[in-house]
Amino acid sequence: MVDECHRTNHKLRAVAKVETKTSLAKGDLRDVLREMLLIRRFEEKVEERFRAGDLPGFLHVAIGQEACAVGVCRALEDGDIIASTHRAHGHTLAKGTHPNELMAELYGKTEGCSHGYGGSMHLYDVERGNMGANAVIGGGLPHITGAALAFQMRGEPRVALAFFGDGATNIGTFHESLNLAQLWKVPAVFVLEDNKWAESTPESQHSPIRDLSERAKAFGMKALKADGQDVEAVYKTARQALEHARSGKGPVFVHLDCVRLHGHYIGDPQVYRDKDEARKLAETRDPITMLRGKLELSDEEFEELDVEVTEIVEASVEFAKNGTDPAPEDALKNIYA
Amino acid sequence: MPELSYREAVRDALATAMRQDDGVFIMGEDIAEMGGSMGVTSGMLEEFGRERVRNTPISEMALAGAAIGAALQGMRPVAEIMYEDFMTLAAEQVVNQAAKLRYMSGGQLTVPVVFRTQGGAGWSPGAQHAQQLEAWFVHIPGLKVVFASTPEDVRGLLWSAIYDDNPVVFFEHRTLYGIKGNVPEKIEPIPIGKARVHREGEDVTVIATGRLVHESLAAAEEAEKQGVSVEVVDPRTLQPLDEETLVTSVKKTNRAVVAHEAVTRMGFGAEVASVLQYQAFDWLDAPIERVGAKFSPLPFAPVMEQFVVPHADDVLQAILRTVNKA
Repeated sequence: MVDECHRTNHKLRAVAKVETKTSLAKGDLRDVLREMLLIRRFEEKVEERFRAGDLPGFLHVAIGQEACAVGVCRALEDGDIIASTHRAHGHTLAKGTHPNELMAELYGKTEGCSHGYGGSMHLYDVERGNMGANAVIGGGLPHITGAALAFQMRGEPRVALAFFGDGATNIGTFHESLNLAQLWKVPAVFVLEDNKWAESTPESQHSPIRDLSERAKAFGMKALKADGQDVEAVYKTARQALEHARSGKGPVFVHLDCVRLHGHYIGDPQVYRDKDEARKLAETRDPITMLRGKLELSDEEFEELDVEVTEIVEASVEFAKNGTDPAPEDALKNIYA
Repeated sequence: MPELSYREAVRDALATAMRQDDGVFIMGEDIAEMGGSMGVTSGMLEEFGRERVRNTPISEMALAGAAIGAALQGMRPVAEIMYEDFMTLAAEQVVNQAAKLRYMSGGQLTVPVVFRTQGGAGWSPGAQHAQQLEAWFVHIPGLKVVFASTPEDVRGLLWSAIYDDNPVVFFEHRTLYGIKGNVPEKIEPIPIGKARVHREGEDVTVIATGRLVHESLAAAEEAEKQGVSVEVVDPRTLQPLDEETLVTSVKKTNRAVVAHEAVTRMGFGAEVASVLQYQAFDWLDAPIERVGAKFSPLPFAPVMEQFVVPHADDVLQAILRTVNKA
């Protein structure tokens, strides 16, 4: 009895283009902007379809954090793997899963990247090195330590990378995993997307220290920092971290200072948050606006990109709506290998 | 046929798998120089080195989770959780992650990991070092659960667990490590999901796990002297459960006793009793008897500990009740 769903091969070609250089050339940056914009339009569409009542489940969008996902995933080599979080759509697209497969999963269709078994918080694309989103905060961190251990034991030049938020730095798996990873010097990278919110709880209420990279330093782990809204900085820092880990020097902690422009979940009224703060962040720290400014794109050029990605997103909704519902009794498959 | 202790049998399965397969390795607290809290992995560091006999910090979540991560990448790790009680610390990774990763990924992931752990009363460790928590894990779809009671079974079943592509929670009983038994010269894998009939009988079937298998065999000897013929069956695998063997036996004897060391209430035996009453209702001549620990944490004082957990005499009395001889 094997993965009966997965055997039906409907894997689609990646829309995200994965390249690996120490820094990004101008031509690459246009492509990076396109990818970030694709994530943004995808997430906006997810919000719209959820509000329209199309989408079941819990949904968390990564609006504002596109540069983290794209900058880090661009820096990965083939064979590297990631573990994501509950806020996983951006990571999943950036790691190369086709928007059609992702949207189909959110619609609970068999064509989805988890074939309807996972949903937004359990997105997998093992072929593309995405070992999965995780609905338990910090749940994937020990898996990344263990995967990196497997790479180390077999002498493979691969790196395992975990995304997590500032809220996760308080859970036991975070501390235990970083300690173990550093102790064993495994090729792992721990990427903190520090958006300053653990659901509705601000960092000042969940952590006694302001600089969370201090936590990595407590384990003797190399820690790097970057502006998570600046995709070039993210890419460069991730490259540096990956090289360090890949060369056998041990794991690296990457602290990305980023912003969550929307609520914790779709529909979150954010009663706990100053409205002006969110508006100000949208005006000054939107990673897409920042990169667009840097590239000095004209309105026409930006519009052209926008039309292109919007079409891809619209097509993904069509694909998902026309997808196949699992048979109810399919629920009893895939429990055991 | 060589004779091995239960402890040596576990070690033999681990070491033999590690000799033939680079993907198999062990990790756990104090398993290297010290050989584990029960001496099971004693000497393995010398043979296999620190890479494959990995001492870990006291970090059950990371230990269990890292084993899962290595398994996801094609290794076959065996993680030792020093005491069953500490499975509660690893439970998030075992229950939410290992058990569900294949499912949540729609069949993309395979998690060939074994969580070896042990427990059991009889030496007064108190309430946090001797619980029997198998009922917690048999309730979780996606896990397989094994509880072997003899050297031969523990070796053959651990072998199968290591080479199973699913996460297996593998329970050993602390008081059984010293018992000896004959084992085949070469390891013969024992299929997961197959019960063992230890003793054939005509009047009553006792279905027992772990230490209670031995207590039940002693009780059966005693019952025989009183003219009651007892069949003793050890499911060996609690999940999946070999319902067929259990039901067949009860249809023959028409009476059943279910015995385990864990707390009786809501225990594994309740599920066995339910399976039997449903599938063998018309064959039963007496209510199904259940033997297990009283509803209490394990106390320290030896007299209290002995009072709480079941012994051969408790099984005997249950057997006799089913034939109206108690």
